[in-house]
Amino acid sequence: MSDLAVSLPAGTDSIGFEASGPRGPKPRHVFSRRNIFLYGTLIVVALYYLLPLYVMVVTSLKGMPEIRLGNIFSPPLEITFEPWVKAWSSACTGLNCDGLSRGFWNSVRITVPSVILSIAIASVNGYALANWRFKGADTFFVILIVGAFIPYQVMIYPIVIILREIGLYGSLSGLVIVHSIFGMPILTLLFRNYFSSMPDELFRAARVDGAGFWGIYFRIMLPMSLPIFVVAIILQVTGIWNDFLFGVVYTRPDTYPMTVQLNNIVNSVQGVKEYNVNMAATILTGLVPLVVYFVSGKLFVRGIAAGAVKG
Amino acid sequence: MTRLENASVSIQDLSLNFGAISVLETLNIDVAEGEFIVLLGPSGCGKSTLLNCIAGLLDVSDGRIFIKGKNVTWEEPKNRGIGMVFQSYALYPQMTVEKNLSFGLRVAGIAKDEIAKRIARAAEILQIEPLLQRKPSALSGGQRQRVAIGRALVRDVDVFLFDEPLSNLDAKLRAELRVEIKLLHSKLQNTMIYVTHDQIEAMTLADRIAVMKGGVIQQLDAPQTIYNRPVNRFVAGFLGSPAMNFLDGRLEKNDGNWHFVAEDVRIPLATYAFEKEPVPGAAVFGIRPEHVAFNSGSGWPFTATANVVVVEPMGSDTLVWLKLGNQNFTVRVTSERTPNNADTVSIGFDPMRASLFDAATGARL
Amino acid sequence: MSKSERPNQLFRNLNAKVASIPMVLTALVIFVGGSAWTVLYSFTNSKLLPRLNFVGLDQYYRLWSTPRWLVSIENLLVYGVLSLVFSLVIGFILAALLDQKIRFEDTFRTIFLYPFALSFIVTGLVWQWLLNPEFGIQGVVRGLGWESFSFDPLYNSEIVIYGILIAALWQGTGLIMCLMLAGLRGIDEDIWKAARVDGIPTLKTYLFIIIPMMRPVFITALVIIAAGIVKVYDLVVAQTSGGPGIASEVPAKYVYDYMFFAQNLGQGFAASTMMLLSVVVVIVPWAYLEFGGKKHV
Ligand SMILES: Nc1ncnc2c1ncn2[C@@H]1O[C@H](COP(=O)(O)OP(=O)(O)OP(=O)(O)O)[C@@H](O)[C@H]1O
Ligand SMILES: [Mg+2]
Repeated sequence: MSDLAVSLPAGTDSIGFEASGPRGPKPRHVFSRRNIFLYGTLIVVALYYLLPLYVMVVTSLKGMPEIRLGNIFSPPLEITFEPWVKAWSSACTGLNCDGLSRGFWNSVRITVPSVILSIAIASVNGYALANWRFKGADTFFVILIVGAFIPYQVMIYPIVIILREIGLYGSLSGLVIVHSIFGMPILTLLFRNYFSSMPDELFRAARVDGAGFWGIYFRIMLPMSLPIFVVAIILQVTGIWNDFLFGVVYTRPDTYPMTVQLNNIVNSVQGVKEYNVNMAATILTGLVPLVVYFVSGKLFVRGIAAGAVKG
Repeated sequence: MTRLENASVSIQDLSLNFGAISVLETLNIDVAEGEFIVLLGPSGCGKSTLLNCIAGLLDVSDGRIFIKGKNVTWEEPKNRGIGMVFQSYALYPQMTVEKNLSFGLRVAGIAKDEIAKRIARAAEILQIEPLLQRKPSALSGGQRQRVAIGRALVRDVDVFLFDEPLSNLDAKLRAELRVEIKLLHSKLQNTMIYVTHDQIEAMTLADRIAVMKGGVIQQLDAPQTIYNRPVNRFVAGFLGSPAMNFLDGRLEKNDGNWHFVAEDVRIPLATYAFEKEPVPGAAVFGIRPEHVAFNSGSGWPFTATANVVVVEPMGSDTLVWLKLGNQNFTVRVTSERTPNNADTVSIGFDPMRASLFDAATGARL
Repeated sequence: MSKSERPNQLFRNLNAKVASIPMVLTALVIFVGGSAWTVLYSFTNSKLLPRLNFVGLDQYYRLWSTPRWLVSIENLLVYGVLSLVFSLVIGFILAALLDQKIRFEDTFRTIFLYPFALSFIVTGLVWQWLLNPEFGIQGVVRGLGWESFSFDPLYNSEIVIYGILIAALWQGTGLIMCLMLAGLRGIDEDIWKAARVDGIPTLKTYLFIIIPMMRPVFITALVIIAAGIVKVYDLVVAQTSGGPGIASEVPAKYVYDYMFFAQNLGQGFAASTMMLLSVVVVIVPWAYLEFGGKKHV
């Protein structure tokens, strides 16, 4: 019983035990069956997921003669940026020939105010629901959440009528309102849950100190909840930028967002198909959400996990 | 270097690191057949890690593990002859208690009537017969813990491993189950290795306690030895509540007698049993609060007067905080003799019951 | 009951009520009112403009005898069942592979999830290009010498829906994987240890212990996929425009086309009401399980 703190010199054996035998870590091969299967599968799947991105980029850098001759997977023999320029500034939709640039700026003018408005409304609303509960609030909230599952097609036309009545049908402001409405359920849920998880004492202490509804919101809740605002921004920027249905329903050709413009360019039946221009245009449209995705990393995952409920 | 001839579990030179972090370092323990060993230590000292190594749930970095004389270092957990009970119970939530107990056996292809027999036996020992058809979610914490023990029991193994099995329970239930585990051990006579950071559990259950710190076993001894003769300052301070009093001072030899001196406090050490021949120098004097007599006159090898700072009544007894010289000192007294704040009181003790440590290394002198 | 002691109930929490006006309006006017309006007008013979000229179930009879609607429903069923099954299976397998304490986990996760950041329009157009019979995968394989190879889902009405399915799975499985991975990570480490001590092989542990424990995650994933299936629209528009012929039509596109091109609002309303009905059939039992049950706990 005195073997504490005294260590045997390595290799020494005491009586009664096998002299040799396994010692130390179980030998593992880097190329074990398990690892080959595991990493092999993952790499093959990863290649499959990357393939479309690769093909998009490669195609957009080739000239049309090369596309007609070669195969889509081969890298460009002669890199040309012509398709990108054309996609941006002079590709035709059948209605106009000023490329994606018009759609891009429309999308910017739609996305920025929509993101700000929808988050402003939903955060204040979520805060009211979490901290200033009043009678009936929960009923409306449940309707809102259930409403998130109603197919948009059911509500499209009534909104057309409402927007027409207030004179905003076809305008960018109309679309901004529509995005704010349909972003409301998920964002409100997001903010309500976040504010509810903050310690109640904080809110009570502020009230004792005499702060009111807006005082607490701006001076206590807002500064403490920046991460959730970032999540909401990621969610909304990608969601609104990628929207097609609302864009095509509630805007006119000169106010079409980028996705609609892109679809019209690529699927326009006039003229010869220019696949390289199409792919350049496709990448350009996907660029904004892709940049958001790669820059935001883990926060994006949190955002979509929250936004997933939206369907 | 003595080793148990017929050790049930023998750990030799075990090391484990996660990447660059070394959690266990050349650790040796022999556990006798039927012994109840408790691994005690602060959070993060590597208790669970050691237990997981024994179970085969972690791959060791170096060293060997023998169970029943067989080298199991590279064995799968199921082939090691161990059963394990987890802190979070780890019951399969969608299976009934009976299925929970039998799942491993069914997968191992054991005959139906044998399974039934084992479950019946475990259920009887643990008194969970009425619960067999329930799901874990319909059980109380104590009942869940019993089922978790049952899952180890039906495996019919020689060695039981417990990882803080009672720490998710409330104090009362914990005391009850503690007794039950003790009874279970005396009934089964299995080897048991039990991890906890609750010193009462350790003191009451263990045949021997291994006090760990930073992946190293500080002391492996019977509970009373650990309590009365801690090998270093860490062990002395870790066990006991309220904690041992420590006085910083010096060892001095005057007129052929050793004394411990801290400013105007002089403690004669004639009755203290030194581990080895002492040398003068900085030292720490430790004595447990319950080993100090209070207002009981002279007749002690050491007496002194001190000022009362705080009085903490704890029901059965009272803790009195004093200033001895300018160092804090606590005394445990029976409730009837409780003094008032700011009283001056006299105390006395026999240094025979004290512990002296080297100020630099913390080792017992 | 003097006024000074008890302020008017209406003005208590006034700020909170003002802040909730957008929510109340959206809930009542858009979600409840809009849906009710559409359902009501689905019983009329509105053409270019909505008119309250009730014709009973006429629109529904016509709907269910229109080949294009029947094709849409059939497509939706095939697409729905397959995308449900494949999303769950692939999503779970990928998550389980990523959960093996592998290196470069973040890289793999980033790769599997990036398509989800892209719009359906972009997804549809990329896959339209990849599945182009002349230059795409078929063309490349033929170019390698396998002349008889045939894989042209977008030009073959028999299999066009599978072409859309491939694109949809590419876009959406990353999300399901993420959900599943979060679910796997939420499982107590001790359960795995207990199963190992019990000697239960990995596959059996997944099948009999882990998957049953992940029921809530599977249900959430199911609802997400199902809600997405009913709404599938942009992808079809971009990838095939419903073609060849009407072979890849889906209900959401039927609604849009009848409302805004065919100038047959009544048909559009009837079709969208059918969509609403199918969602109700999915959502109500789920909401009941998810929220109705919790109150008793
Ligand atoms: N997978 C791991 N990777 C890196 N370090 C780890 C890992 N697991 C445990 N550790 C470290 O090993 C040390 C010992 O951990 P262990 O779980 O054994 O502590 P413990 O004594 O059981 O503590 P507790 O009483 O809190 O359960 C800790 O410092 C911990 O941070
Ligand atoms: Mg532990």
